[in-house]
Amino acid sequence: MSDWQPSALQVERLAYRRRRTIRSGLIAGISTVLLVALAVAGIGSTPGWPRVRETFFDLDRGWEALPTVAQGLWLNIRVMLVCAVLIVILGMTLAIMRTLRGPVFFPLRMFAAAYTDVFRGLPLLLVIFLLGFGVPALQLRGLPNEAVIWGGAALVLTYSSYVAEVFRAGIESVHPSQRAAARSLGLSHRQTLRFVVLPQAVRRVMPPLLNDFVSLQKDSGLIAVLGVIDAIRAAQLETAEDFNFTPYVVAGLLFVALTIPLTRLTDWVARRQGWYGGGGGPV
Amino acid sequence: MSLLSIRGVRKTFGANVVLDGFDLDVEQGECVVLIGASGSGKSTLLRCVNLLETVDDGVIELDGTDITDPRADADRIRSGIGIVFQSYNLFPHLTVLDNVTLAPIRVHGVRRDVARAQALEMLDRVGLVEKAGAKPDELSGGQQQRAAIARALVNSPKLMLLDEVTSALDPELVGEVLDLLRELKADGITMLICTHEMSFAREVADKVCFLHHGRPLEVGPPGQVLADPKEPRTREFLSRIIKSGRL
Repeated sequence: MSDWQPSALQVERLAYRRRRTIRSGLIAGISTVLLVALAVAGIGSTPGWPRVRETFFDLDRGWEALPTVAQGLWLNIRVMLVCAVLIVILGMTLAIMRTLRGPVFFPLRMFAAAYTDVFRGLPLLLVIFLLGFGVPALQLRGLPNEAVIWGGAALVLTYSSYVAEVFRAGIESVHPSQRAAARSLGLSHRQTLRFVVLPQAVRRVMPPLLNDFVSLQKDSGLIAVLGVIDAIRAAQLETAEDFNFTPYVVAGLLFVALTIPLTRLTDWVARRQGWYGGGGGPV
Repeated sequence: MSLLSIRGVRKTFGANVVLDGFDLDVEQGECVVLIGASGSGKSTLLRCVNLLETVDDGVIELDGTDITDPRADADRIRSGIGIVFQSYNLFPHLTVLDNVTLAPIRVHGVRRDVARAQALEMLDRVGLVEKAGAKPDELSGGQQQRAAIARALVNSPKLMLLDEVTSALDPELVGEVLDLLRELKADGITMLICTHEMSFAREVADKVCFLHHGRPLEVGPPGQVLADPKEPRTREFLSRIIKSGRL
C-alpha cells in the first residue's frame, strides 16, 4: 500500500481524465454564457421590456419593500413551524389508524381512509376559504376567530392527509419478515409497530416527508387570501400604494431563499440513504 | 409426554395443500431434523409451530398445552419458542446488542442492566461480543446468523426452531454456524431443524424426518433414514442430494 506508485498506464489514464474534466468545464461555461446572453438579449429587445423592468424589477422599490415583506415572512415561518409539528402528529396517527387490524378498529380504519381521500382531493385554497370564512361565520363561542389560526388549521388538515399516506407507505414497505421476527420473539402487535416497524418506516420516508415540508413552506403563503399579513399579503399592500409589482418579486425571492436550505437537506438525507445516485460506480 | 406433539396438522395456501395431516413428536432435549425437497412443507411446519401461521386443522401441543387453540395467548407462547430464519431477519435499525435485549426488556420485563449483561454473555458465547455495538449490516452473513441465534437463545426458549439457517451463507461461513448448533445440541437444547446439510443432519440428529407432499414419509434415526432409507421417495431425494455433491 505505502510503496504503491501508479503505473505508466494509470498515469496516462489520469491525465486523460483531467483533460476531459477541463474540456467539459469549458464547454459548460461557454454554453451557459451563450444561453444567458441570448435570453437577456431576447427579453431585453421586446417592446414592453423597459416598462416591465420598471414595474417588476425596480431595485429601489424592492429595497424599500423588503422590511415589510420580511416581517410578513416571519409569520409564514411561525405558521409553518407550528403546522409542521401538528401535521406530523396527525399524519402519523392517521397512518397508524389505517394499519390497525381487527373488527373493533373498523370505524377508525374507515375514518382514516375517508379523511385521506377527502383532504387529498380538496384543493387547499378551497379548504382555506371554507375554514377561514366559514367557521368564524358560525359565531360559535369559545372558538378563536383569528384568520391565521383557521388558515393554519386548513394547512394541517390538508397536509396531514398527504403525510399520512407517506407514513403508511413507509410502514408497508417494512418487509413482513421483520414483523415475523418481532412477533416470534413474543412482541405484541403494538410493540412490533412501535419498536420494529415505525423506526424503520420513518427513516425510510424522511426524504418524501421533508419534500412535503418544502411544499408546506411556500403553501403557507396561501393564507394571505384570508387577509392575514404574511409575506404575500404584505407585498400586495405595498403594491397597492403605487402599482409597482416589485414587492411580489421580493416576496418570491424570500420564499425561494427560505425553501432552499430544506431542499438541500432533503437531497442530502436522500443521498445518504441511497435514494438516488446511491450505487456510485462509472455508470 | 413429548415436549412438542404435532397431530394431524393441515395447512393450505389457496389450493396448495402444504401440510396434509402431519404427525411428529419431539422429546425434551431431542434434536429432530426435517429434510425434504423445496416446497415439501418444512418451513411451513416450523412457522405453524411458532404460530406465525394458523393451522387449518389438527393440534400442536407444547408441554401438554394446545397452542393451536385460538383462545391461547399467542404472544406468550411465541415468547417461549425461539426461531431462527434463513434470512436472519435482524432488526437493521438496532445494534446487535439492542437486537438481543429487545425481547428480554419489552416482553420478559427484565431490567435493562440485567438484560444487557445477559445479552453480552450470550454474544460472548456465540463469539460476537466485540460486535455488540455494530449494526447488522456491518456484519458478515455468518455473524448475522449467529447474532440471530443469540437473539432467540437469550430468552431461554423451551424449543428452538431453525429454518435453513445456513442456506443463505457462503460455504466458508456455514461452518461457524454449524459449530454453534453443535454446542447447543451438546447443551441439551431441544431443537427442530430443517436443513439441506445432510452430513450435519447425520451428525447431530437424534431423529430425521423426511417430508414428502406435506406428510412425514419416513421418520427414524439418522443412520437408518439417511443411510438405509426404506421408502423409494427418500432414496430418490437422497440420491439427488448426493449427485449435487451435498452428502
